[in-house]
Amino acid sequence: MADLSKLKELCAQVRRDIVRMVYNVQSGHPGGSLGCTEFMVALYGAVLKHSPRPFRMEGKNQDMFFLSNGHISPVWYSVLARNGYFTVSELNTFRKISSRLQGHPATHEGLPGVRVASGSLGQGISVAIGAALAKRLNADKRLVFCLCGDGELQEGQCWEAILFAAHHRVDNLVVTVDWNGQQIDGPNDKVISLGNLPAKWKSFGWDVLLLEQGNDLGKVVSGLRRAKRRTGKGKPVVILMKTEMGYGVDYMQGSHDWHGKAPNEELFQRAMAQLPETAFGDY
Amino acid sequence: MKLDDIISTGNKATREGFGAGFLEIGRQNPDIVGLTADLMGSLQMQFFQKEFPERFFQCGISEANMMGIAAGLATAGKIPYTGTFANFSTGRVYDQIRQSIAYSHKNVKICASHAGLTLGEDGATHQVLEDIGMMRMLPGMTVICPCDYNQTKAATMAIAEYNGPVYLRFGRPSWPVFTPENKKFRIGKAQLLASGKDVTIFATGHLVWTSIEAARQLAGEGISCEVINIHTIKPLDEEAVLDSVQKTRAVVVAEEHQRTGGLGDAIANLLAHRLPTAMEYVGVKDTFGESGKPAELLEKYGLGKKDLVWAVKDVLERK
Repeated sequence: MADLSKLKELCAQVRRDIVRMVYNVQSGHPGGSLGCTEFMVALYGAVLKHSPRPFRMEGKNQDMFFLSNGHISPVWYSVLARNGYFTVSELNTFRKISSRLQGHPATHEGLPGVRVASGSLGQGISVAIGAALAKRLNADKRLVFCLCGDGELQEGQCWEAILFAAHHRVDNLVVTVDWNGQQIDGPNDKVISLGNLPAKWKSFGWDVLLLEQGNDLGKVVSGLRRAKRRTGKGKPVVILMKTEMGYGVDYMQGSHDWHGKAPNEELFQRAMAQLPETAFGDY
Repeated sequence: MKLDDIISTGNKATREGFGAGFLEIGRQNPDIVGLTADLMGSLQMQFFQKEFPERFFQCGISEANMMGIAAGLATAGKIPYTGTFANFSTGRVYDQIRQSIAYSHKNVKICASHAGLTLGEDGATHQVLEDIGMMRMLPGMTVICPCDYNQTKAATMAIAEYNGPVYLRFGRPSWPVFTPENKKFRIGKAQLLASGKDVTIFATGHLVWTSIEAARQLAGEGISCEVINIHTIKPLDEEAVLDSVQKTRAVVVAEEHQRTGGLGDAIANLLAHRLPTAMEYVGVKDTFGESGKPAELLEKYGLGKKDLVWAVKDVLERK
């Protein structure tokens, strides 16, 4: 059983990492990263059966995770480093020339923890299904997890994948949707409404779990564990997870403006004041 | 290597060679899995599916999803073969191939049937003539276009032994079978079919046979053609191309593809850098196809035997 208070402190550190990384290169995507901090910390710290070193691409007898909305790479990189996939000092190379920490996650430079490139949206659920099918063929009982954005569900490929997973009873798969209601050009409802998301997934044949407080670490851990218990029952499982974009930094919170923008020095200092240092220490 | 030694043993479709090779390699290697997007029969994948139903995935009409699933299967150590028409194997899913397969170094075999004009009556919506270009532009992608049933079967089996993404292009019509049965396919090695001294014809796919026929006619007129089958367009066998061109100093390329982007451009690119040479293209001239019989289409769009003969004569005038 993971120590929840320690994971909570890790969330605070990951948030500092995210803002510092994005500020450092004046580019990147802080909004969704801050919103998915609890999810990513909970997943790697309390849910996944994984071994960071040595990292094995094929993930045999381990749980595997695929990030479909690759633009929230800052939170993923921070959590991977803080879980031992690579040294935390490497976070300092984010988005810089000759780095393994590309703007959007990639395998090309061999960054441990990343199994497929993502960034062009809509592809991650399909890839996760493929990995889940391989596990089934290998009689490997571990699970496959995938995170995607809500705006990303506007991509048709997602719904192709959603149809497929139900038809082929891919029940060793847990997809989480970061349901923050925001995308680059504004709220989902103004850009292209997603309608009744729970009903949509349900009608496509998935087991649907609602997680109302995606920025409450305890609730996220228990939500993910509940999802895990629902696997193996003939249906793929989806968690519709309500989060707040930019959570933890007041001027970013709840606004699409900080989807892909870096703070200036003044705003950076303001964010740092809201995200105190932790025992983990900065990279 | 003489033209007279090349004999057709009858007609069979290259896609049938794919189906036969896919079953055989499936029996040899349990990691091989198959996927289709509602075109199992057209790709002749039903034999594999019947024998290994648990290793075959019907995706329905959703090619983008199929490519993503293939990437995921490959990530976990499987060797997925995707099967659909060439048009839906490339243009329709270019970004999925680019990001999830090529950039991510996934061992996916993209098997593409019904390429080119010889798809016939279905018309231009389905007659992709840009696929070689699209695929060879992707870093790390291997592009293979075998010339007959036997070679397609052999190539289908050979790509399993190579670790990396492959685009395997073949076609719909019955076509002369003239390469030996059970000859091992060597990725990236050009195949010298007939030695000659006046001009080299580099051909790929169905037009290899057309090139042989053209070379025979030209031999009767006293023109000696070297005929080389470039079944692997990427990586190109540069040494074989340069060796031949050094000797003949005149080139004709023949392919069932747009003149831009395909085999012709691959060879022109090499020669421009290393050995500038007079060259003619036999290929589609920046236009879409249409409905018709394969032979009628090849003739109308300038991909027939007579077009090859003219191209050889034209290039010899410029030599």
